Amino acid sequence: MMMSQNHSNIVLAPLECEAPNSQTKAESFVANLKYLAVGVGFGIVFIKAEIVSWFRIQEMFRLSSFHMYGVIGTAVVVGALSVLIIKKFKLRTIAGEAVVFPVKTFNKGHIFGGLLFGLGWGITGACPGPLFAQIGAGYPAIFVTLLSAIAGTWVYGYFRERLPH
Amino acid sequence: MFELLSHPWPWYVAGVLIGLTVPALLLLGNKLFGISSSLRHICAACLPANIPFFQYDWRKEVWNLFFVGGILLGALLATQLLADPAPMVVAEATKADLQTLGVQDFSGLMPEDLFGVSQIFSLKGLFFMVIGGFLIGFGTRYAGGCTSGHAISGLSHLQWPSLVATIAFMVGGFVSTWLLLPLIFKLL
Repeated sequence: MMMSQNHSNIVLAPLECEAPNSQTKAESFVANLKYLAVGVGFGIVFIKAEIVSWFRIQEMFRLSSFHMYGVIGTAVVVGALSVLIIKKFKLRTIAGEAVVFPVKTFNKGHIFGGLLFGLGWGITGACPGPLFAQIGAGYPAIFVTLLSAIAGTWVYGYFRERLPH
Repeated sequence: MFELLSHPWPWYVAGVLIGLTVPALLLLGNKLFGISSSLRHICAACLPANIPFFQYDWRKEVWNLFFVGGILLGALLATQLLADPAPMVVAEATKADLQTLGVQDFSGLMPEDLFGVSQIFSLKGLFFMVIGGFLIGFGTRYAGGCTSGHAISGLSHLQWPSLVATIAFMVGGFVSTWLLLPLIFKLL
């Protein structure tokens, strides 16, 4: 974890990664293939449940299908139960480390950024994950969307200290 | 079995499998599920430009790039090997709304008339790819996460800031669908 360089900026979004690797043991290239495998499974679900479809997202925001609400709702319940089980039985990682549960601190970016992302979600029918899946599913033009999303991330990083948080 | 797998999977199957990604990543290596961070790692690796936000050890987070690479590969495999020959079913009400707006192609996951390669350098490409993509990247990082990091992982960990973010995502999406899209289609 990177040390925060500017302690006066505690109201800003954290400088640390927000989806961090909390494992202390370093991992080799081969060890990282585990996450590729999880990603492959995730990508298959994305396509087969049509979650990455622009039409499914439109149905969700037009309230004409339960599908996406069902997917996200079920995922949250299963995720929450899993976290509860890990905590209750103090399950450890396969490397034998205690599982770390990072705490999120609120800042106004959650609202402003959230609204902006929502606008993009409605237009593109995609969150960051589905962008990768749409490219894999044979929509190469989405590579442009992905590049633009990377540019958007960079521009946020550039203006971060001047934005309200 | 193949028959069963090639049909569209129901929401409860997808929901359970996606929910299980949270403990899978935690137990495999203490990784917090969140996909938009991969975009930040790409910035940090390719063009950090002395910006403090990109000065961190991205190599430690390289697992996320393996993960998103896997998503692309999995989507490719599912599309090539498990394709459903039947056309996509779009809810009638949504289909009618979209036809009124001017969408023509309902055959695949995405309408080709908005997201086809031939649209890249058109006004459609500017709105649906360039501006839309920029909002995804800028917005998710400003919000500190996306649907995976906040709506699924954050809510699973009972983080209230993630609930605020998720509500903001939904409000933005409704505004985008009901107010922004009609405006964009008027300009096209």
